[in-house]
This record gives sequence, structure tokens and C-alpha cells, in this order.
Amino acid sequence: MSAAPTPAPDTDTDTATEDAASPLAPPKEASRGSWPVRLGLILVIAIWTIPTVGLLVASFRDRDLTRTSGWWTVFTGEGFNVTLDNYAQVLGAGMGDAFINSLTVAVPATVIPILAAAFAAYAFSWMEFPGREWLFVLFVGLLVVPLQVAFIPITRMYVNLGITSDFVKVWLAHAGFGMPLAVYILRNYIGSLPREVIESAKVDGASHFETFWRLIIPLSVPALAAFAIFQFLWTWNDFLVALVFMVDNEVVTVTLAELVGSRGQDWHLLTSGAFITVVVPLIVFFGLQRFFVRGLTAGSVKG
Amino acid sequence: MGNLASGLGAIALGVGGIVILFWALNTLVERLPKRQEERFRPYVFIGPAMVVVAVFLMYPSLVTIVDSFRTRIGTPDERWTLANYGYLFTNSALHDAFINNLLWIIFVPTIAVAVGLLVAVLADRISSTWEKISKSMIFMPMAISFVGASTIWLFIYTWRVPGQDQIGLLAAIAQALGNPMETPILQNTTLRMNTFSLMVVMIWLQAGFAMVLLSAAIKNVPEDTIEAARIDGASEIQIFWRVTVPQIRSTIVVVTTTILILVLKIFDIPRVMTNGNFNTDVIANVYFDQFFTARDQGRASVVVVALIVLTLPFMYINIKRFREQEAMR
Repeated sequence: MSAAPTPAPDTDTDTATEDAASPLAPPKEASRGSWPVRLGLILVIAIWTIPTVGLLVASFRDRDLTRTSGWWTVFTGEGFNVTLDNYAQVLGAGMGDAFINSLTVAVPATVIPILAAAFAAYAFSWMEFPGREWLFVLFVGLLVVPLQVAFIPITRMYVNLGITSDFVKVWLAHAGFGMPLAVYILRNYIGSLPREVIESAKVDGASHFETFWRLIIPLSVPALAAFAIFQFLWTWNDFLVALVFMVDNEVVTVTLAELVGSRGQDWHLLTSGAFITVVVPLIVFFGLQRFFVRGLTAGSVKG
Repeated sequence: MGNLASGLGAIALGVGGIVILFWALNTLVERLPKRQEERFRPYVFIGPAMVVVAVFLMYPSLVTIVDSFRTRIGTPDERWTLANYGYLFTNSALHDAFINNLLWIIFVPTIAVAVGLLVAVLADRISSTWEKISKSMIFMPMAISFVGASTIWLFIYTWRVPGQDQIGLLAAIAQALGNPMETPILQNTTLRMNTFSLMVVMIWLQAGFAMVLLSAAIKNVPEDTIEAARIDGASEIQIFWRVTVPQIRSTIVVVTTTILILVLKIFDIPRVMTNGNFNTDVIANVYFDQFFTARDQGRASVVVVALIVLTLPFMYINIKRFREQEAMR
């Protein structure tokens, strides 16, 4: 585990949610730690949470109040009159459609590449064939290739092939860009399944195809979930790919960026708009933190 | 709602399509004589993944390199040229972008790793419930998009003329301390203050990632090495630098290079927050402007070639590390 940590069936790398006692921690005298430790942590946590809290508070404040006073005044005596007007207004101003578009982009862009990657990962782990080693090295190398290489050639290719649907264009692009990481994560996991399990299936007369469906897929659920969460957050949060390939439709990140450009001082809209774009990833994050962390530790070489 | 339906249709089509594709290919292979079957089956399994990366990553890389030697692409005047490389090496706006990228590369990974390490070490010394809560708070921005984070920080940085009621936290604090800001921080080019203000956003996003990996590594440091140092009378700080850090060195390297590669291609944050104005431009944004605004595919391609060249060392490092891990398997 000392080098790049990768998920393996038996090891848990997701310590963010675990509470294994560490050798570094001296006897935990006071459970809340000594004063300097507490102070340092509180300071960092404050810097890391206040920006988001401020955004959330401001998004529920009245438009005129947001214009004339800081959001923190709700804590210093002004009081807090919650309004949902900002949300109604920004949803009507394109954010509602964008939200549906983002879902329409992210879910298929997550699901489509998984199976192809799982098949490839199985072959790289458990089949012998010439070129196995260097073909996999190719995937490792492609992890860091900048996405920017693809935009001009792929735009041309889409025109030549007559692919005009915004959604098909981004689904295919996200499937392509996510594939090296998917193959890498799944191969690390599938490759570390116990050999005896695969061998025993073979002894029972199962073909590779049957072994894959009946054995590998069910056993690989943790790694499949880790990649799925990673890819979903990546495609939901993506700005550049949508900006380049989507002509008639907008996703939440693009709509938010446009609002910043066109209504840069309307903070009641920008704050509520920003919160709409981050709410889905935050739910996914808090709900599935354990898998998410595992995906991160496995994918720590993504480019 | 039509979109949602088409999305569901796409899932069905995508998943159903690929299942049918694999099943059909597999059936075909099974019809072959036994020896041929064994030979071709692996390629059926890796085939679709291979085709996808070939089309979306490998072929475009080659086209981009070729395009970087061509000008007026797509017009009747299209021809070979070295002018794009002249632009790459002599354009002063592009050089400023390179300098900014260099600053990003130096400061963002270093500070993000430092903060991540600090939190990992401190949180290790408090009760596990509080450890979990503090880590979640630091880690939370990882889920937020770069565009969302940019908006969040634009709100912190927003500025009014001194003396007025400030609605941005930073300007309000400066004013309350009796030292009001004369210009908005994102327009303050003194010592490239504005570029550093953009970097803060990226550090805020990435420190949690660093923390998670480093924390996992720290918890894997063998207890006896620490006990031994403690018995020898080493202070906690000495133990950290002389015992812990050397043992988590490889994780520090992995985290640093991962953030570094991300920073090399940084686009969303400068695009949304300053659009590259006030001398905050970066190479990925120059690329985008050449591609989308100027519509000069040759120049856009040469900027990407520069990006590819800059990522080559990391490609080499990744492959080398992968081979080392394989050797230990």
C-alpha cells in the first residue's frame, strides 16, 4: 500500500470514513486533542467551509438585502427571512432545463463505458495473449493525455459522420475520455481477485464469457461502484466538454458560467444557481463517500 | 421531459447495445475452430475499449500534431507551415500564460499537499468522530465543480468602492480592519495577486484529495518505527519529519504529480473568474480562445502540442511506476 494505493478486495483504503487508530496518534488523552491541534484544525475547517456556507445563506436571502449587505449580517442581528424567490427565478432562467440536461448527459456517460471497460479489464487480468503487457501500458500512458487533443479532430469527425445530437456527442466523448481510468481501476481490482476462484470456474467447464458474467461482475461491484461515482461526478461537473460539443443545449456548469458572465452582480441569482449545480454532487458525495474515496485512491493517476 | 426520456433511451441503447455487441462477437468467436477461438477471444474482450480510446484519444493526438504544422485548415488556402511554432515560441501573450501556468504548477500542488498533510496529521490526534467530521468538511469541495467553486469564490472576492457596505467577505474583512482594498483583488496585478487568488480556489478544491491519500498512507506507517523513535526520545515534530515523511514519500509524490497534471490543464477557474484578463491567462484558455474565438485550428493545435509535451514526463513516470508495481505483484 505504500505506493499508489489501489483498491483490492481485502484492503480498505477509504480511511476518511474509517476510524482506525493510528500509530502516529499518541495516546488520545483528551479525545478532542490538545489546544494547538484543535485551534489549527478549527482554522482550516473554517476556511474550507465558510465559502460554501456563505453561498448557501445568501441564496435564501432577499434580492435587495443581498445587494446592500453581507450575508453574514444574518448572524449579527439582522435576522434571516428565508425566501425561495431566487431559486424560482434562476430555475426559470434556464437552470431548470440545464439541470435535466446535466442528468441526461451524466447518467448514460457513466453507464455506457463501464461494461466495455470491465470486459477489457478481465482480459488484461485473466487471459493470455500476445501484446497484453504493452496494450495495457498504452492505457496507463493515455491516463494523462490532455482532453484538448480531441476537440478539433472529433468535432470534424462528428461533422463527417453526420452526428448532430448534442447528447450523443458528449456521451461518446465522455465514454472515450473516461475509458483509460475505467480500465485501469477495474483491472487493478479484477486482477487481484483470488486465482482459485477463476480456476475453479474453469474446472467446472465455464467459458470465459460465462465466468465474466456469473463471477467477475458480481465480485467486482465495489470497484464498479467506485468508478461509476467517479465518472458521474466528473461528467456532471464537466464544463469544457459540454462547452465544446453541445450546441443547442446547456448543462448546469455552462449555464452558471453564462450567468456569471451576463449577470455578474446579481448575487441572489448566482448563489442560488451555484447551489443548484452543486447539490447533486454533494448528495452523491455525502451518500456514497466510502465508495467515492475508494475511487479516488484508485484513480490517483488520472490526467 | 423529452430530454429525460431520451436519456433513459440512451442508457437502454448504450447498455443493451454493448451487451448485444459482446454477445454477438463472442458467439462469432465460438463458431471458429477451437485454436482460432482461443486466439481471438481476448481481442473480442478488449476490442470495444481499444476502439474507443483509439478514436477519442490516439487518433486525435496524431491529427493534432499534424495540424500544428498546417495553417488555414479547412479553407482552399490550407498549406504546410512552421508559423504556428513561431507563434508558440515568440508570442508574448502566450508567454505570460506560460508564466502563469508555471506559478500554478509550483504553488498549487505544494500548498494543497501541505494543507492535506497538516489536516491528516492533526485529525489523527482527535477522537474518531471529530476526525471523521473534520475530514468530511475538508474533503467536501472535491465534489464541487470547478465552475461552482469559481462562483463560490467570486462571491468571497466581490468588491465595492471603499467606504460602501461590502458584500464580499474578503473586502469586508479588509475594510473592517481599516485597510480597505483599492481595487478588486481579481484585478490586482501587483505581484500577480490575482493569479494567486485564482489558485486559492484550486487549492481549496484539491487539499481534500491530498488529505485522503496522505491520511491513508500515514495510518499505514508501522507502529514500531514510531515507538522506537519515541523511546529514543524524539519529539513529535522530529518523528514526523524523520520517521513518518520518509515512509509516505511515494504517496506524497503520487499526490503531487496528480494535482500537478490537473493544474497544467487548468481552464475552468480562470475562464469563469477572469476570462484570462488582467494578466491571469493560462495555456488551456489560450487554446480555447484560438479554437473557439479566433478559429485558428493551427495555432490551437500547436498549443495542445505544447501541453502534450509537458505531460510526457508524467506519462513516463506513471508507466515506470506501473511496471514497478507489476514486478512486485
